[in-house]
Amino acid sequence: MKILVCITHVPDTTSRIAFTDGDTKFDSNGVQYIIGPYDDYAVARAVELKESQGATITVVNVGRVETEPTIRKALAIGADDAIRINAEPEDSYFVAKQIANVAKDSGYDLILMGRESIDFNGGVVHGIVGELLEIPSVSSVMKLDIDGNVAKIAREIEGGKEYIELEMPFVAGCQEPIAEWKIPNMRGIMTARSKPLNVVDPVDTDHLDKLVRFELPPPKGDIKMIDPEHMEELVSLLKNEAKVL
Amino acid sequence: MESTTNTRKVPYKKSSKQDIFESPDFYKIDDLLSEEHLMIRESIRDFVKKEISPYIEDWAENNHFPLHIVKLFGEIGAFGPFIPEKYGGQGMDYISYGLIMQEIERGDSGMRSTASVQGSLVMYPIYTFGSEDQKNKYLPKLASGEMLGCFGLTESDFGSDPGGMKTHFEDKGDHYLLNGTKMWISNSPDADIAVVWAKNESGRMKGLIVERGMEGFTAPVIHGKWSLRASSTGELVFDNVKIPKENLLPGKDGLGAPMMCLDSARYGIAWGTIGAAMDCYDAAKRYALERIQFDKPIASFQLTQKKLAEMLTEITKGQLLNWRLGTLMDQGKATSAQISMAKRNSVEVALNVAREARQIHGGMGITNEYPIMRHMMNLESVLTYEGTHDIHLLILGHEITGIPAFK
Repeated sequence: MKILVCITHVPDTTSRIAFTDGDTKFDSNGVQYIIGPYDDYAVARAVELKESQGATITVVNVGRVETEPTIRKALAIGADDAIRINAEPEDSYFVAKQIANVAKDSGYDLILMGRESIDFNGGVVHGIVGELLEIPSVSSVMKLDIDGNVAKIAREIEGGKEYIELEMPFVAGCQEPIAEWKIPNMRGIMTARSKPLNVVDPVDTDHLDKLVRFELPPPKGDIKMIDPEHMEELVSLLKNEAKVL
Repeated sequence: MESTTNTRKVPYKKSSKQDIFESPDFYKIDDLLSEEHLMIRESIRDFVKKEISPYIEDWAENNHFPLHIVKLFGEIGAFGPFIPEKYGGQGMDYISYGLIMQEIERGDSGMRSTASVQGSLVMYPIYTFGSEDQKNKYLPKLASGEMLGCFGLTESDFGSDPGGMKTHFEDKGDHYLLNGTKMWISNSPDADIAVVWAKNESGRMKGLIVERGMEGFTAPVIHGKWSLRASSTGELVFDNVKIPKENLLPGKDGLGAPMMCLDSARYGIAWGTIGAAMDCYDAAKRYALERIQFDKPIASFQLTQKKLAEMLTEITKGQLLNWRLGTLMDQGKATSAQISMAKRNSVEVALNVAREARQIHGGMGITNEYPIMRHMMNLESVLTYEGTHDIHLLILGHEITGIPAFK
């Protein structure tokens, strides 16, 4: 089985978010980067499938050279080789087009990724990749088992779960609890250095949209403490100031 | 022998508090580390947050050594990372080893002691002084955590003066006969093997590998410790134990051999204790920013800021000393006296930081809601094990003046 896992290189979930250049660019100053947490589940499940039934795992990332430590981590966790498509991941269509270009004619049985990245949270790359390759795509996949050529999947739907079966190849957007995140061990880190990390140029792609600007949510207001003896004051504030009653 | 410390039947109590530790890096020392070093540090930090932090207060409170951690340390690769791959190690450099020790001790000094002893005091001598058969027989199992080891040098009457040891063995033709008692041995009650230093008939010190189950060999637990409570400590008692001749370490003899092991372990301690200091500092900084007195965070008071500023200064100096020592170790240039300076400095820094952090936490600092008091009590052992604070000072004095003051 050949598995392609697509990973994003995103700010750590505890990062402080700020923008520069007239709110058009993310300020990466002092930000720590990680594998996208949902992508990390996809990597973990791919490694489990490799361990249980044998597979080769390729990780792919659309990004500049600074994403390589993130890619190396995926290699340390258990991927066999990696491809970095040397371009800024500008928008979902651009990224999907790059992934589809790498994946076409490469014979991947499974293309796994997170259900969404946690920086721009588009959540559509898996769908677009499926369309471009003319294969099915499913998301948000919580459980993935492979039996022969058939995948048994549980996906989250509004208010419940849906159980489906489909034949490989297909694209899956993954989320918890598909697998437990894996911590690379020292052996994995030492072997990652000698695993191939191939850098390829991007294909020309139209941009279907244009970024205008970003806006942060308004800062949280101050907390007003009210004496429990004065509930009428709370009611008055909720009515007249917060206007929620 | 049955395990003597791991008799607990109740499940571990998992803390509801999340470990949100972040390490200070005031002088951008991360820039001195390779991409691989950073990944090693992050992996061990994640491992500690997952496997140690949620349970450590419960283990320490109940004086419980969690034997399962040995296998987990093996899986993550924390045992003897500097040992070559062909013997089950990772072939890592000494900066990597230091970072691993730093992160484990950030979790707990007792946990780090378990890993230090296995790597530096058991695997290191077998690798450095052992025969090829000994290396093949023991090192892979020690690296994977299938076996736990301990190191027997100290005796109840011979701590700083190990050369006076009474433990001895006689050549009986087809075997050696070992007699004596070792004291203050980390891991001993649960260890599968012990690397024991004993004198032969002519008074020459040699290393022997003693295996659990050999007749006449016992390892009683030392009870009543207020320090390193999540680590097991015991004695090694040898009552006419027959040791096969192939269990003698052939590579080196004399006091210099165990001292080489101690250098490796002390190097790990230098890094480890700065880890403990960083944990105390991180906790104190958070607490100072959250704790309100006189309508403002106590971090706004000058005396709290003084404490935090001094803590960070000392930690930063310790980090730089350790990093430089690591590069010297990797170049094969580090001296025992340099290692003494780093071990001694780091433990002192860590204890002082723990004490200041305790003050910032006020009463909460003495409870197991915070890691401070546990670190502080642990560090009191670390201050005098693997060479006492005073002995390291005198090693430096000897180095400076050329005159030994403790012989």
